[in-house]
Amino acid sequence: MAVTSRIGEWSLLRQFTGRDRLGRGEAAQSEQSRTLEPRTVQADRVVESICPYCAVGCGQKIFVKDEKVTQIEGNPASPISRGRLCPKGSASKQLVTSPTRVTKVRYRRPHSTEWEDLDRDTAMDMIADRVIKTRKEFWEWESDGKRTRRTLGIASLGGATLDNEENYLMKKLYTAMGAIQIENQARI
Amino acid sequence: MPGLGTSFGRGGATTNLMDLQNSDCILIQGSNMAEAHPVGFQWVVEAKRRGATVIHVDPRFTRTSALADLHVPIRAGSDIAFLGALINHVLSNDLYFREYVVAYTNAAALVEEDFRDTEDLGGVFSGYDPEKGSYEPSSWQYAGATEAAAAGQRDPGQSGTPDSAGRHRSARSETSGSGGPAVEAKPERDETLQHPRCVFQVLKRHYARYTPEMVQEVCGISPEQFRKVADALTSNSGPERSSAICYAVGWTHHSVGVQKIRAAAILQGLLGNIGRPGGGIMALRGHASIQGSTDIPTLFNILPGYIPMPHAHEHESLDDFVAEDAGKTGYWGNMRAYAVSLLKSWFGDAATEENDYCFDYLPRLTGNHGTYETVKAQLEGGCKGYFVVGENPAVGSANGKMQRLALANLDWLVVRDMQMIETATFWKDGPEIETGELVTEEIGTEIFFLPAAAHTEKAGSFTQTQRMLQWRDKAVRPPGDSMSELDFYYELGERLRAKLAGSTDEMDRPLLDLTWEYEKDDDGDVDGESVLREINGTGPDGAALSSYTELKDDGSTACGCWIYCGVYADEVNQARRRKPHWEQDQVAAEWGWVWPANRRILYNRASAAPDGTPWSERKKYVWWDADEGTWTGLDVPDFIPDRPPDYVPDEDAQGPDAIGGKDPFIMQTDGKAWLYVPVGLADGPMPTHYEPPESPVPNPLYPDQQRNPALEGIETPTNPMNPSFSDVFPYVFTSYRLTEHHTAGGMSRTLPYLTELQPEPFCEVSPTLAQERGLEHLGWATIVTSRSAIEARVIVTDRIRSLRLGDRRVEQVGLPYHWGRNGIIPGDSPNDLVGAALDPNVHIQDKVGTCDIRPGRRPRGRALTAYVEDYRRRAGIGAESEKEEG
Repeated sequence: MAVTSRIGEWSLLRQFTGRDRLGRGEAAQSEQSRTLEPRTVQADRVVESICPYCAVGCGQKIFVKDEKVTQIEGNPASPISRGRLCPKGSASKQLVTSPTRVTKVRYRRPHSTEWEDLDRDTAMDMIADRVIKTRKEFWEWESDGKRTRRTLGIASLGGATLDNEENYLMKKLYTAMGAIQIENQARI
Repeated sequence: MPGLGTSFGRGGATTNLMDLQNSDCILIQGSNMAEAHPVGFQWVVEAKRRGATVIHVDPRFTRTSALADLHVPIRAGSDIAFLGALINHVLSNDLYFREYVVAYTNAAALVEEDFRDTEDLGGVFSGYDPEKGSYEPSSWQYAGATEAAAAGQRDPGQSGTPDSAGRHRSARSETSGSGGPAVEAKPERDETLQHPRCVFQVLKRHYARYTPEMVQEVCGISPEQFRKVADALTSNSGPERSSAICYAVGWTHHSVGVQKIRAAAILQGLLGNIGRPGGGIMALRGHASIQGSTDIPTLFNILPGYIPMPHAHEHESLDDFVAEDAGKTGYWGNMRAYAVSLLKSWFGDAATEENDYCFDYLPRLTGNHGTYETVKAQLEGGCKGYFVVGENPAVGSANGKMQRLALANLDWLVVRDMQMIETATFWKDGPEIETGELVTEEIGTEIFFLPAAAHTEKAGSFTQTQRMLQWRDKAVRPPGDSMSELDFYYELGERLRAKLAGSTDEMDRPLLDLTWEYEKDDDGDVDGESVLREINGTGPDGAALSSYTELKDDGSTACGCWIYCGVYADEVNQARRRKPHWEQDQVAAEWGWVWPANRRILYNRASAAPDGTPWSERKKYVWWDADEGTWTGLDVPDFIPDRPPDYVPDEDAQGPDAIGGKDPFIMQTDGKAWLYVPVGLADGPMPTHYEPPESPVPNPLYPDQQRNPALEGIETPTNPMNPSFSDVFPYVFTSYRLTEHHTAGGMSRTLPYLTELQPEPFCEVSPTLAQERGLEHLGWATIVTSRSAIEARVIVTDRIRSLRLGDRRVEQVGLPYHWGRNGIIPGDSPNDLVGAALDPNVHIQDKVGTCDIRPGRRPRGRALTAYVEDYRRRAGIGAESEKEEG
């Protein structure tokens, strides 16, 4: 019985006896290839998103399984992109799952030749201390007899790849700090 | 984008990508759309399928050219000469859309008697101060407007203001992002367009010498090719037809970038192509939310919604601040309501009428605090702390060496990214470590690298190229220590406020009084929707507002960004609307949300004739329904809904009340599209051809005025400029993007798929140049400027042309710019070659320069600096930044 069944599985026999005489379809299928499923089917959920590269704003569908991104595809419902993605958008799963992505805080001490580890909480605290110190050191109430209420000691660059909500909190916090040299790619 | 802002009232694309399919002719210039915006380009292809003529004007033959009906090679940086000649052609052959031009543009407005054109003064406009290198522009005004102007203008450098040059340097012109610069009075008009001082005649004289022959000499384009473009555009414009223009950083990255866009605006205004389906100017922006980061700016000179940052010398109180705008005609006249609502949003209960709504909490500008000025301050020790978030200036900004030396002179640097980018590692393995210009142990910069969350790991909105906000849901949590900018800045704010709690120092009040409470999502991360709701704004009852017309100046409303008011109307995240396009019409109004007020084509009242009826059945879009007494159509009308076409405002009307029934440009104080910009720009009311800061040829239009007279230099020893017409740097270089990479490469040089597709830096040269310099296809070349030298593989190709300019031949070197030393595929950065010489309106650098190119790899280590030094010496460049003529 088992032997007969195994012979029946033989693709060459199936090619000669079945409908797929050219052996390019069902005759060539194995049990494994027959039961293969795309990652898009296996996903636990599909989340709607937007491509993070250029400003066309193509719709993306993010496929998630076991809390990991398993695939990113174009969203056919988008009136702008109609499901299409360019090479960058199509490769964006590699962007978010890259093995070279750095996911730990790194710290370089002044004059040091190497990176060190640093826990995030400590890093955040150190950054806040440096903001307070530099802000004060470069504080300016007046320039040429006119009130300026600012610090020229702290600058920031970035925003064009960030969310509106993020840019909003940045501008709000920096302005309250008195920092004015806030810039992004729109200038570059 | 002051080019569009000063012309039409809002600094954003006037149209949308999908509407390109309705065009009868599309001119793509300053953009390689098929490769840089591939998915957007499908709408150009749709238009072509429907019979449109597609034209690509570009130094290179690219995939955009391959799909165009006509490719016109042009010398990099000569666009204004070409566009100016198209304007001249339209004017001198009476090919303009007369009824549109008379009714909807400022063609009929009269200009001051004192105004003098570049044609009168050898290449400068009246008001030029050669010592300061800047303009005092009061003579550019409309006739009859200067008396009022002396009483105070919101615009840069009006007469009577104490520090006009200083105001220019504050980039005030960029504040016309939503609300054109104010003119004091509606101008005198001559609707016959015959008065010698009317804008129409002024334009005609200004462009009279921009002939097809001049185009040949400046741009290297033959009169036959020019004629083909002119015929295609003019025969596809008018009541029955419409043409669109698409541009990208091929126009903006120039010392005359704003004026290039202005030239397109004049052309489209004359052809009657603004506010109509298939028309418009499509600004193709390069980053997912670069429009958003200008609307809600991480920019020094503006506050959310293009409200200017206050200036120390002019804005000592809220009244001073809004005086220049409040009460003016048009919607910008409500500026006080927008400013007060922003202050209420930021400082909550602390902001009261008695304390000017905490206006004094805002820091003030005194000049240009743009990124290149900041880098100079860092080099000079005046700026010690630096946050770099999702950007890579060591590769992506002009003059990489200047950037890296500045990083090495900081006390502390915070880099937030997903990959270990060059900006974070300059101290360890940057090019200056190799040359010995920097020594790791001597660099005192303390560096924090904080991992950032990916777009899939946070919920939020991007504003894409057509002003559309689209919401992303969060798919997964950020891994390890990674966090979003939203969480990072929220937490930084929390820590600063906790550390300063109890401080009685007045300088800490703004931080302590800041509204800083946001809801959290199920993962404990800041909920982006609660921030979006604050941006949208709330009314006296605490409910989300629906429109910026509800904003008040009495402190009863709060709004984080007035132009985004309505994105959370009815307590619904309108940016998250996702009705599939097959369930909607072509406008697809229920996908995402577009500022302002979900209007998809701006100024669409102009799609109807002055009497409110469509110009033609074929180009019907928005029209006046007399029975219902309302504007209606396929889009949200960009007009006051019930204002009839025959409405004439009272002489003394202010704000929106002053908008006439035939004034489609409702953000402009006179309601018109500006062919001529009487106030608002730093380098002239009309675009004029100047050579790039570094050029191999003289300016044939103005032999005594080689460059933009208001050009802004960054004078520091690491930023020398090549002398023009130098035999040492005889070739033109220009840089550009590839489809497979993204800007400074942090998001692409780290991806195996993309690096396999485009594995190595290369340069493109013509067969003639290859022969002249002995360059071998696929061999190595060294490209050198006075800043640095880099190496790249050589592609010898007809895609890049030798251009014949009169009796000279000009060769161009093309350089894709994405490379740096980190990532999977390291390579030299072309931006190391680029000098920082800036447009005076927006302080953006010119990406065109001069270079030399030689076969073989570049020298290594110290030999590299000696090699570049030798070039500088031979070109006569001293240690000091060279100051050149004009």
